[in-house]
Amino acid sequence: MTQMKVTPMTNSMVQPTAGVGAAVSLENLVRTFGAVRALDGLTLKIEPGEFMALLGPSGCGKTTVLRVLAGFELLDSGRVVVDGVDLRDVSARKRDMGMVFQSYSLFPNMNALNNVAFGLRMRKQSSSVRRKKAVELLEMVGLADQAAKYPHQMSGGQQQRVALARALAIEPRVLLLDEPLSALDAIVRAELRDQIRLLQQRLAITTVFVTHDQEEVLSMADRVCVMSRGHIEQVAPPSELYARPVTAFVAQFVGISSRVPVDVSNGEVVVFGQRCPVRSGEGSTLTGGVDALLRPEDIAIEVDAEGKGFVTRKSFFGAMTRVVVQTGDISVRVDVRSDVGSDIDLGTHVRLSIVARDVLVASRQEVVVPDAAATP
Amino acid sequence: MAPIGGPGSLFEFEAVESEPVAEFSSGAPTRRRRIRWWRLVVLVLAGVYFLIPIYAGLKFSFENVAGHLSDQAFRDLPSAPGFTAALTLSLKLALATVVISTVLMVPTSIYVHVRVPQLRRLLDVVTVLPIVIPPIVLIVGVLGAFPQWAKASPYLLSFMYVILAMPFVYRSLDAGLGAIDLKTLAEASRSLGGNWFKTLWRVILPNIRPALLSATVLTLALVFGEYTMASLDLWTTIPVWIVQFNTSSNGHIQVAASMLGLVGTWILLVLVVSLDRSQSRRSRRKLGA
Repeated sequence: MTQMKVTPMTNSMVQPTAGVGAAVSLENLVRTFGAVRALDGLTLKIEPGEFMALLGPSGCGKTTVLRVLAGFELLDSGRVVVDGVDLRDVSARKRDMGMVFQSYSLFPNMNALNNVAFGLRMRKQSSSVRRKKAVELLEMVGLADQAAKYPHQMSGGQQQRVALARALAIEPRVLLLDEPLSALDAIVRAELRDQIRLLQQRLAITTVFVTHDQEEVLSMADRVCVMSRGHIEQVAPPSELYARPVTAFVAQFVGISSRVPVDVSNGEVVVFGQRCPVRSGEGSTLTGGVDALLRPEDIAIEVDAEGKGFVTRKSFFGAMTRVVVQTGDISVRVDVRSDVGSDIDLGTHVRLSIVARDVLVASRQEVVVPDAAATP
Repeated sequence: MAPIGGPGSLFEFEAVESEPVAEFSSGAPTRRRRIRWWRLVVLVLAGVYFLIPIYAGLKFSFENVAGHLSDQAFRDLPSAPGFTAALTLSLKLALATVVISTVLMVPTSIYVHVRVPQLRRLLDVVTVLPIVIPPIVLIVGVLGAFPQWAKASPYLLSFMYVILAMPFVYRSLDAGLGAIDLKTLAEASRSLGGNWFKTLWRVILPNIRPALLSATVLTLALVFGEYTMASLDLWTTIPVWIVQFNTSSNGHIQVAASMLGLVGTWILLVLVVSLDRSQSRRSRRKLGA
């Protein structure tokens, strides 16, 4: 175990302490299930104390990465190194990795206190130490008054917080979170999301968080690893991932993008009659007919009776309204302030223009991400 | 900074029970009554089907040779020649069968659920075989194949009973294991440092206790009722004794023994379930790591 210390969490004493978590290195991981290559030579380095999110569609291999790290899956090849130690021959129970599962996974025969103390019991800590630590951790997650309750007597959010306390009780070298929020309702999810992030920063535990929820990723992670079909598409901080996606897959999977057919000429494309430079990255070498991938906020909209586009749909998102404009065969999504959006009626003819400094391009219909395509 | 999720925070939101909603519209009560009526009929028919033979047995066992109400058969039973020995043997065999069955079937079922779930169907089929194959075939095969020293021990019967009980034991355990998220619980335990034995002892077994108890009661009932194998293996268990016991009581003592066996199984069942419930209550009251 590392020297990281889970101290009693009185509220004022814990300050973020950088660099005490473990460094994790995943090197050329390969794992196949029958004909399916779940991990295809994946390599990723996670810094000590970093909150790394693995994001991708179902079947991309993100959960497999987590299970390999935890020791629940064997590798065909490659290696997992934590703080310089190859974990190939280290069993799951000796890896000191706290894991929070999607399905709560509290032991139904134990109350909250005994659930949290379980890992300490396995480490042969004395009864008094177990009890003291478990109470502290339950206090930390705000559930000290629920210590005697059994899992079936607690809500989903409470159960997941107990699971988090249980994972932290063993002072893990790495905290593994396998879609811990996906079974919770929206309000509890948002609260627990903030709580997890706060605790992770307080304790500076290296954390790997698996999800397919973009909102969770963008609001929680230090860096995001976007995965597709067993390999990494891009690893970047959330803001960079959103603003500067390097592949068409990332552009379409993270956030919303509209595909507009254009022609590349001399490193430039003409979109809505406007000349724009092509963004450096995966598509920058393409020539001829390509698709421009446009974020809703990259496009400006102006009411114009002579405009080629007309409004087919509007979706209200509070401060912002998403307007869907049909121009020829293409459907383009544009975000406008809601006070502006309310003045634009369905069927109104509009003119579109690009406000981004450059445009990401991709081969035509290279990537189809169903979830993103279905978004208004 | 206040504790995250402390009282008053959004974490404290609990599911609020909604007001009871009227279950039926104006026309519904008739339908409801009809359903209840049919349920009652089914219940009564099933009850009659099961209770009449028991009533007949009890009535007969509480009569003397002259046909008058008497508890003579029950008073004579303990001193009946061979009864105590047969009861002791049956109890020993029952205990041995439960132990062997548990040691064999619990780890097997858990292993299949966790590691090779694709084998569950195969196991379903295999464990049905003892029902399909008549016990007489099994025991004749065993008696022909086993050496004399093995046949000289009554505990050979326990191994045979394990096979006979397998369909019931496996199904009980399978249902119990299927009712919990076994794989995740096992992985959670392992990630917290639990080895397989501790995971089994502290996490899995307590959560399949009802299934284990059910399997145990079914096994006991089977052992106390099995006649064919014991008789062919020449061991006088309770069922064999009942058949072989021959007195001038005209069967009253034998039926009394059968009734005692039946009531004994029920009492055992009630005891086991009560024990389980009281233990659950105790452990829930108990606070502390």
